[in-house]
Amino acid sequence: MDVFGSFALLLAFICAVFAFAGGIAAIITRHPLLVKSTRQAGIATCCLIFVATFSLEYLFFSDNFSAAYVVAHSNRALATFYKIAALWAGQEGSLLFWSFLLSIYVFSVLIAYRNKNGELMPYVGVILAGVQIFFLTLNNFVASPFKALAVPGAHGAMDLVARGDGNGLTPLLQYPEMVIHPPNLYSGYTGFTIPFAFALAALLARYPGEKWIHLTRKWTMIAWGFQTAGILLGAHWAYAVLGWGGYWGWDPVENASLLPWLTGTAFLHSVMMQEKRGMMKVWNVWLVFSTFLLCILGTFLTRSGVVSSVHAFAQSSIGSWFVGFLVVIFTVCLVAYFKNRDYLKSENQLDAIVSRESSFLFNNLILLVSCIAVLSGTLFPVLSEALSGSKISVGAPFFNKVNIPIGLLLLFLTGVGPLLAWRKTSVESLKRNFAWPLIVGVVAGAVIFVLGYREIYSLICFSLCFFVTATIAMEFYRGAKVIRVRSGASYLTSAIELTMRNTRRYGGYIVHMGMVLIFIGLAGAAFNQNVQKEMQPGSSMQLGKYKLVLQSFDSKPEANYTGLRLNVEVFVNNKPLMMLYPERRIFETNGETGTMVAIYSTLREDLYVVYAGQSPDTKLPVIHAYLNPLVKWIWFGGVIVVFGTLVALLPNRRAVLVLSGAKQPVPEPLVHGMTPSATFREGHD
Amino acid sequence: MKKQAKFGIGVTVIVVSMAFLAWLGYGESKTYYHTIAELQTLHGSDLSHRIRVGGTVAPGSIRRFTGRVDFVLDGEGKSLPVSYVGSDPLPDTFVDKSQALVEGRETDGRFVAEVVQAKCASKYEAAPGGTVATPSTATR
Repeated sequence: MDVFGSFALLLAFICAVFAFAGGIAAIITRHPLLVKSTRQAGIATCCLIFVATFSLEYLFFSDNFSAAYVVAHSNRALATFYKIAALWAGQEGSLLFWSFLLSIYVFSVLIAYRNKNGELMPYVGVILAGVQIFFLTLNNFVASPFKALAVPGAHGAMDLVARGDGNGLTPLLQYPEMVIHPPNLYSGYTGFTIPFAFALAALLARYPGEKWIHLTRKWTMIAWGFQTAGILLGAHWAYAVLGWGGYWGWDPVENASLLPWLTGTAFLHSVMMQEKRGMMKVWNVWLVFSTFLLCILGTFLTRSGVVSSVHAFAQSSIGSWFVGFLVVIFTVCLVAYFKNRDYLKSENQLDAIVSRESSFLFNNLILLVSCIAVLSGTLFPVLSEALSGSKISVGAPFFNKVNIPIGLLLLFLTGVGPLLAWRKTSVESLKRNFAWPLIVGVVAGAVIFVLGYREIYSLICFSLCFFVTATIAMEFYRGAKVIRVRSGASYLTSAIELTMRNTRRYGGYIVHMGMVLIFIGLAGAAFNQNVQKEMQPGSSMQLGKYKLVLQSFDSKPEANYTGLRLNVEVFVNNKPLMMLYPERRIFETNGETGTMVAIYSTLREDLYVVYAGQSPDTKLPVIHAYLNPLVKWIWFGGVIVVFGTLVALLPNRRAVLVLSGAKQPVPEPLVHGMTPSATFREGHD
Repeated sequence: MKKQAKFGIGVTVIVVSMAFLAWLGYGESKTYYHTIAELQTLHGSDLSHRIRVGGTVAPGSIRRFTGRVDFVLDGEGKSLPVSYVGSDPLPDTFVDKSQALVEGRETDGRFVAEVVQAKCASKYEAAPGGTVATPSTATR
C-alpha cells in the first residue's frame, strides 16, 4: 500500500503538471478539446490525491510498522478514532492532508462549473493546478509520507526494517478536539484558495463585472466558517488540555491562524461595497490575495519552526520551499495587477462620512491594522534580527494593547454598520435606528458599573454588547412585524420566514450575534482569578465562592499511561456541590506527561482545577485553581457563528404571500442579497 | 470640510493611536534573545532588558530552596547560574541535561528567571521526520 500510495502521488503530480501546462496552452489556443482534457486532468489529480490519502490511512489501520510515518505517529493500542487523526500528527502527513482538503475544493469547483463560465474556468483551473503542483512537489519529493522505515546497515546502505509496534501518538493530540480542530482549520486555509483563484483568474482574463465575487461568495463563506470553527476549537483545546487556564496566548501559530481570518473577514465585508456600489475593486483583489498569502504563511510558520512555538514542528528545510512559493505567488499577483489594473477602476466615490460605505471602510481599516499588528508581532524576532541584529520578541501585552481597542471598535461597527444607509444616512434614520439601542447600551453599562465591575475595557465591551444585541433584535423585530401583519403568523415564525427570505442578511446578523456572545466571554477575562496551593489530604483552598477540599489522591495504571488523580470536593456556602478529578498522566511509551484539567463550567463562570505538579520538598500535590468568568459564552458564541454562516449559505426562499385569490406578481429572480419587499427600509442589505 | 478630508482624519486618528498603543505594548513586553556567551559581553542598559536565554541544564546543578530553584545553564562552553523565582512548579521535562529556555533579568551575576521552559532533547529527537514539539512551561 505504501508503494501504491506514493505511486498515486507521483501520478497526481504528473496530472497536475499537465493540467497547468495544458491549461495555459488551452487559454492561448482556445481549443475545446484541450480545455476539456486539462479540466479532466485537474479532476484526475484530485482523485489520485484522494487515493494516496486513503492508502496512508490504510497503513495506519493495518498497523503497518514498516512505514516510517506510521511508526512515528501510531501504535497498536491507539484507538481507531485517533488513527484517523494520526494522519496529520506530523509534517509529512499534514502536508498530504493539505493537498487532500484542497483537492476536495478543487474537485467540487471543477465539477460544479464544468459547463459554466467558459471564459473564466480555464484560468481558474491553471491557478488551482499551480497551487496543487507546489504541494504535490512537497508530498512527492521533499516530505513523502510513504517513506519506508530504514536503518543504516552494513556498507553504508540503508536496510529496510519493520517494527513490531510504533511510537504512538503524542498524548497532547489524544483528545477529541485534536481530531476535529486541524481539519477545520486546514479546511479554512485551503478553502481560501478558491476565492483567490477566481480573483486572480478574473483579473488575468479581464472577466467583466463582479461575477467572480458572486461565484466565490459561497466558497469564501465556507472557508471563513471553517477557519472560525478551527480557531475556536484550537482555543478550546488549549483551554481544556494545556492546563494553563487560558485559551489564547498569542502564540505564533495561533496568530498564524488568526491572520487570514482577519483579512478574510475584511474581504467578506468589503465585497459588498463592490457589489452594490462598484467601489474598492483594487482593495478587494488585494485582500483576497493577502488572505491566500497569509494562509500559505500560516502553513509555513507551523511547518518551518522559523518562529519558536509550542506548535511548531521540528526545524526543517521545508521553510525555504514555502518562502519560494510565497515569492512566486506574490510576483504573479503583482504582475497581473500592474498589467490589468485599469480593469479595476472604481465606479463611485465616497458620498458621506456617515454611510454604509464608510462603516465598511473603517471595518476594513481596523481589521487590517489588527492584521498588521499581529503579523509584525509574530515575525518580530525575525524582523528585528534582520534589521538590527538583535533578536527581540514581543509578548501578550503588545498584542492585547492593540487588539482590545480594535475589537471594541469592531464591535461598535457591528452594531452601527448594518443600520446605516448606503450613500448617506439622514439624522432621522439615525434617531429611529439607534435611539433605543443606545439607551439599552448606556443603561446596561450603568447597571454593570453600579454592580461594581469597573474594569474599563470590559465595561465598554459589555455596554457595546447590549447595544449591538438591541440593534440586531430591532432588525428582526421590524422585519418580522411586516411579515406578521401580512400573514398573521407568530413573531417567531415570521422571524424565521424573514431569515429564509434573505438568508445572507439575516444569517449575517446571526453571525454578528455569535460574535457578541464571544465578546461577552472575552470581556470576562478581565475578572479572572487564580490561586495555587500545596495541598495535603483534608486541607482546603478558597476561590471566589468555591471551597476546594482535597479528599485523597491516588495513582491508577491504565492501558498506556499511569494516571495520578486528585479527588477534590467542591463546596459552595459549605454545602457540597460536586467532585472534581484533576489528573496528570504519565505515558509509558515516551515518558511524556499530560494534564487532564477538571472544569466545572456554568454560564456564569468556569471553575478550572489543575494538578500542577508535586512540591519538590514535601512531595505533596500542588493544585492550581482558576476562576474564569463567562468563558462558556465564547464556545456558545462560536456555535452561533457557525450556525449563522450555514444560514447565510442557504438560498433565499422567495416571498410567497398568502393573500388568497389575489393575483400576486411573480417576484423577479433576486439579485444577490436584495430584499424582495419594498417595505424594508432604505438601502439595506 | 470635504468628506475625503474628514475620512482622512478618522483614518489618521485610528492608525496613530494604534501605533502608539503598539509602541507602549512593545516597551512593556520586548524580550531580547541572547546566547549565554553574549550575555557575558553585555553592558549597562542592555542588561536591564528582559532577556531570554537557552541552554542545557548542567548535570547535578539543580538545587531546590523554598521559593526558588537554582541551577546552571551550559551553552557554547560557557555557563550561567540561574535562580528560578516563578510560582508554578517546574515542568516535568526539566531535568539534568534537558534543553531549557529561561526568561527574566540578570542581577548581580545571576540570572533571575520568571519563566522556565524545558524540553527533553533526547525524546524530542527520537521522533523521525517531525513531531509536535511541546515544551512544558512554568510561568508565574
